[in-house]
Amino acid sequence: MSELVLSTKNLSKRFPVGRSGSFVNAVNGVDLSIKRGEVLGMVGESGSGKSTIGRTILRLTDPSDGEITFDGQDITTLPTKLIRPMRKDMQMVFQDPWSALNPRMKIGDLIAEPLRIHFNMSRSECNDRTEVLAERVRLSADFLNRTPSALSGGQLQRVCIARAIATNPKLIVLDEPTSSLDLSVRAGILELLQELRAETQAAFLFISHDLGTIKLISDRIAVLYLGRVVEEVPKDKLFSDPSHPYTQSLLSAHLPSDPNETLQRLTLQGEIPSPINLPTGCSFHTRCPVAINSCQSNVPEADEISPGHLVSCLRLKDGQNIIRRDLK
Amino acid sequence: MNLLSVQDLQTHFIFRDIDHQLREAKALNKVNLTLNSGQVLGIVGETGAGKSLTAQSICGLLRPPAKIVGGSVTFQGRELLTLPEDEINTIRGAEIAMVVQNPRSSLDPLTQIGAQLVRLHQTHTGGPLAGSRKKALDMMQAVGIPDPEGRFTAWPHELSGGMAQRVLIAMALINEPKLLIADEPTTGLDVTVQAQILDLLNELVARFDMGCMIITHDLGIVAHYCDQVAVMFAGEIVEQGPTREVFLTPAHPYTQQLLAATPERLQLGVKSQLGGQPPDLFNLPTGCLSQDRCTLATEKCGAPPPLIEISKGHLARCHFVKPAEKGRSKSNE
Repeated sequence: MSELVLSTKNLSKRFPVGRSGSFVNAVNGVDLSIKRGEVLGMVGESGSGKSTIGRTILRLTDPSDGEITFDGQDITTLPTKLIRPMRKDMQMVFQDPWSALNPRMKIGDLIAEPLRIHFNMSRSECNDRTEVLAERVRLSADFLNRTPSALSGGQLQRVCIARAIATNPKLIVLDEPTSSLDLSVRAGILELLQELRAETQAAFLFISHDLGTIKLISDRIAVLYLGRVVEEVPKDKLFSDPSHPYTQSLLSAHLPSDPNETLQRLTLQGEIPSPINLPTGCSFHTRCPVAINSCQSNVPEADEISPGHLVSCLRLKDGQNIIRRDLK
Repeated sequence: MNLLSVQDLQTHFIFRDIDHQLREAKALNKVNLTLNSGQVLGIVGETGAGKSLTAQSICGLLRPPAKIVGGSVTFQGRELLTLPEDEINTIRGAEIAMVVQNPRSSLDPLTQIGAQLVRLHQTHTGGPLAGSRKKALDMMQAVGIPDPEGRFTAWPHELSGGMAQRVLIAMALINEPKLLIADEPTTGLDVTVQAQILDLLNELVARFDMGCMIITHDLGIVAHYCDQVAVMFAGEIVEQGPTREVFLTPAHPYTQQLLAATPERLQLGVKSQLGGQPPDLFNLPTGCLSQDRCTLATEKCGAPPPLIEISKGHLARCHFVKPAEKGRSKSNE
């Protein structure tokens, strides 16, 4: 088995807007790679294309452009018939567990569903495995005969995670798995995910808009803005050495729960531009405090400034990519 | 005198169920709060802890089956709970204003935003229309809406989430309220926009010398934008005090668990002990409401815990809390 579980090259996704002939440019040329046992965090504001990337690499939607390589095989144009059996190696956990589970099915059947589909297991084998899985995600076996309505959000998310790990996948995409959950259950789910990543050696793509959560669970972090990766950075460098102006402003807007931490105020003006009419050149130039004229016309290339730390900013060359901050 | 003082506020949902049995959900149990002008108070708690219900009870926005069954709410020395509806109407929207969570569904979709602002000003302050219009434009400017003249005739659907929230804040502030209640003002907004809105609120509180109550479940917002914090659990305020003090030396076991559940603390290897269900509001335990989830709980917790003043202005409702100095213990029970 190759070490690289997933890689994308120039991945793009456009959605047509009605019959107007214009497109929503959700993802614009994204290069990503995830190794076995690695957690890649993906962070960005709403509309930055996080979820679309997650869905596209699993071929839940088809890419408009680019290549997806999964486990050494190009799956970009693979027909659905051939993708389906591969799905046992790629699983997804969705944001909203209430709508991800069939309300009429019992919890035990929901967890057994992937086993029946992919492994053709007998009923008794299924039952045994389901109990093991439920115990693994710390879900009481009493729930297996209940329907989703009897469970709380955190418990339902545990069911979703049990379903995702049931087939021992090589890649799990987690699309904001904790953002619909209450503070108190969020911590429990994050702890469970950390245990599972060590245990299963699966690659995780962890999508979130919360920097605290991302930092806790990821090894590397990709920062997205308008469907482009503006910075890819090892976890320990995210807070110490953010090099793209957007990453810096995103970090400054993050509110740590420790009142002793000083905030580095760097409030961006305006809001994220429409993905229908993308800004020319660097997509961030409309809000960037250090933008110069050439940012409006040139699309920046990713530069590797240290091992594993890639930044796409034109101002890296003259060293003006760091925004001066005022300490509050 | 405190701008707002809430004493032992109790709100219950009283209704008949499908079998015509009278049922009573005790959603708010003895909420005590004080707020002064120029101060920002954060109210935190899990879903269902009664944060929004507290705000609605203060504003008199409850509809049956919700009913205030006890306590008092004093605003600038006036008791609000016994005021007749028409007098409340002159206070609500004028002296007490509210910013709610979902800005888009709070704006009238069939009225241009300028007209909505003018209408609100006319209702409470009156005066010539031109004056209201000018005030509306000033307010739009104050909350950082670019090109107020142009946006005056915009429709709500043309606004982004952040802009709609700014319009809502402008609406809340147009009559220069003394108290602003913001119920999850930034939930659903992006972090960079959230920072803009919170900075704006902080600046406006200082400029208009208002009291401000921010309801949130984001501890980061409280840590950096609130002077005071009140922690709610099962319709009760279990701890209140200056933000720094509560965050750095939390006294109540529930507050300690809540703070330990943040990603930052988990990063440090702290094990989260928060979990389990909040108590059944139809059948509350006697004594401490958090006893089923508390690691310290003993038989003693079957008796109602006293509200203990740990240091000046820092109160917690727990049997195990010790006042910082001897002889300063004070019980309100």
